Amino acid sequence: MRSNSLYIPQPTARPGDNPGFDHLAIPAVGETRRPEIFDSESQMRDMPFGLVRVLDEEGQAVGPWQIDVDPEQLRAGLKAMVKTRLFEDRMFRSHRQGKTSFYIRSTGEEAIGAAQSLVLGKADMCFPTYRMLAWLMARDYPMLDLVNQIFSNRDDPLKGRQLPTLYSARDYGFYSLSGNVGSRIGHGVGWAMASAYRGLSDISIGHIGEGTSAEGDFDEALTFASVYKAPAILCVTNNQWAISSFAGIAGGEHTTFAARGTGHGLPGLRVDANDFLALWSATSWAAERARQGYGATLLELFTYRVAAHSTSDDPTKYRPKEEAGAWPLGDPIARLKQHLIRIGEWDEERHAAMEADFDKEVRQAVKQGEAVGTLGKSKPPVSEMFEGVFEKPDWRVLEQRREMGL
Amino acid sequence: MVQALNSALDTLLTNDPDTLIYGEDVGYFGGVFRVTAGLQEKHGLARCFDAPISEGGIAATAIGMAAHGLRPIIEIQFADYILPAFDQLVSEAARLRYRSNDEFTAPLTVRSPYGGGIFGGQTHSQSPEAIFAHITGLKTVIPSTPYDAKGLLIAAVEENDPVIFLEPKRLYNGPFDGRHEEQVKSWAGHPAAEVPEGHYTVPLGKAATVREGGDVTILAYGTMVHVALAAIEESGLDAELLDLRSIVPLDIDAIVESVKKTGRCLIVHEASRFGGFGGELSALVQERCFYHLEAPVARVCGWDTPYPHAFEWDYFPGPARIVAALRKVMEDIDGEL
Repeated sequence: MRSNSLYIPQPTARPGDNPGFDHLAIPAVGETRRPEIFDSESQMRDMPFGLVRVLDEEGQAVGPWQIDVDPEQLRAGLKAMVKTRLFEDRMFRSHRQGKTSFYIRSTGEEAIGAAQSLVLGKADMCFPTYRMLAWLMARDYPMLDLVNQIFSNRDDPLKGRQLPTLYSARDYGFYSLSGNVGSRIGHGVGWAMASAYRGLSDISIGHIGEGTSAEGDFDEALTFASVYKAPAILCVTNNQWAISSFAGIAGGEHTTFAARGTGHGLPGLRVDANDFLALWSATSWAAERARQGYGATLLELFTYRVAAHSTSDDPTKYRPKEEAGAWPLGDPIARLKQHLIRIGEWDEERHAAMEADFDKEVRQAVKQGEAVGTLGKSKPPVSEMFEGVFEKPDWRVLEQRREMGL
Repeated sequence: MVQALNSALDTLLTNDPDTLIYGEDVGYFGGVFRVTAGLQEKHGLARCFDAPISEGGIAATAIGMAAHGLRPIIEIQFADYILPAFDQLVSEAARLRYRSNDEFTAPLTVRSPYGGGIFGGQTHSQSPEAIFAHITGLKTVIPSTPYDAKGLLIAAVEENDPVIFLEPKRLYNGPFDGRHEEQVKSWAGHPAAEVPEGHYTVPLGKAATVREGGDVTILAYGTMVHVALAAIEESGLDAELLDLRSIVPLDIDAIVESVKKTGRCLIVHEASRFGGFGGELSALVQERCFYHLEAPVARVCGWDTPYPHAFEWDYFPGPARIVAALRKVMEDIDGEL
């Protein structure tokens, strides 16, 4: 019966409540089937309500989405994730020390960037969200360049023009980030259309958060991807929280985000994004589908945002402090490590040594960046402010630069 | 002008395989104003195709294509419908080069019919040039003749930065001078209606002196160039008329030179006056020509109302209002204003 009031969705737990995810009804490992890439969307309508999982609780790879991955690649993924986490924790502290204005961590979501970066090719382009540093780490982007960007110092590769963490790294397949969320997922579709237009086999992978999937940009991107059969992968990273708004505020109570594809005629897969192998398998499947001309796939990357949204909010003000620990799908680093150890390709000793190495590498990069200068202590030449507005500056820019005595 | 634009697009598609055209109804049908007529048939489906009614999606995908290295030319069916694409143009296209330190650029061209005079009411008549001119990183071009339309459009597409290309729809089929009660004129016989075959460009940022004169400088673009010319004839004044052709980049040198010569300046545009591009022009003229001015800089613009349907000719800044403004601007500064 309709109650005489406006319905406002509420999360199951707020600060002071016991955290709980029982309402999520997570399918068991191995339960969700693996369709063929050439199956039509209408043959895959159950998929948005399943969950692609490979790793079980013991760290074994099981079920139809199991995939053979070279252990070297698995170790590369583990390294990228560990490096990302250590780096981000260090940069978070740098922010607290006033060395930068802003930082945003991807804690708990590192598998996404790491796996997809390794699965996709050098000529493919990622249109990332700001929680995908692991993509760059997996491709060995120079750590010092990251630090310099974050400190906006003299050696900032983006010349002090962009907010910390909003990187651009074309040679690493990483499209220019921006702070207005969602507005680049359509660029990914356009990129894929361009690739098809030119007869290339490159694909694009675009990301958006579950909160931002409420923007028109998302539906527009899906429409174009569907209409023109763009060789693209579109991902909704559902980390349960958009700052303080739970996924229900973006419509997550009534259906899955993967199911947003159905109305557009695009297959949607829900993927356990804390499961490195599930991400590897589902991304490979969608990439193959795109490359072979079957069109775009929507992936819902099901995860949990362990960290705050950014350095500007305190999550204990809007969700239970213990909620991250209660996330039923564990931690991506711990799970891949467990798997590697189980298959005899890794051990605690090597893990500890790797952590120590990365800790050293991070410290060294931060030290070098600090030697160049932290925010306010060093910056690129002010003339850089006037560069890059257009290919060639017009008289306004030239006059204003002169006005500043540059 | 429609044929000139079509010829520009045909030339671009012929010469550069990285150019492609898409927008609502531009493919098979050739566009609601026929600017893309025949291009799909001649150049193939993938060179000129229909897009969903999704201006935001059209702009977003074009930016992605441009970042890949193509030169997409997108049509927004009416400039009144460009606002769903505004975020993409402002937050993305305009800033991509700057924020990525040249790693990614957006050499796309956004064509859109704009302006009034066709009884299009609020949703088929607006002139949004000022909101684009305000955005750092965008260029805004407005032709007034067939010759310029072709040359400017080719130049716009060949730019390595995003260009908003506003086509005065009332000029599509003839040089409308604001005398709406008279019979519609075609471009036939107009000196700038002769359009060469093949490739040529008219550079962005170079104003055209449509008429030389010593009494007063009129700054105009688009349809208002022709309306101003009619007003000059009616007034009997020896006015100098500059057609700006692009408002970003702006030919500031031509403006300053002319106003210093005449000592008076009248700015004419169809868009509403308050916050319109005339405000910027007026500020620039007084900053740079103050001691040469013999009268306050004047503006004749659309009124500060939405574009009204039944009041088309009451709203439209026609020759009579321009003549009145010219008379006033010619009064001595010490006299009654």
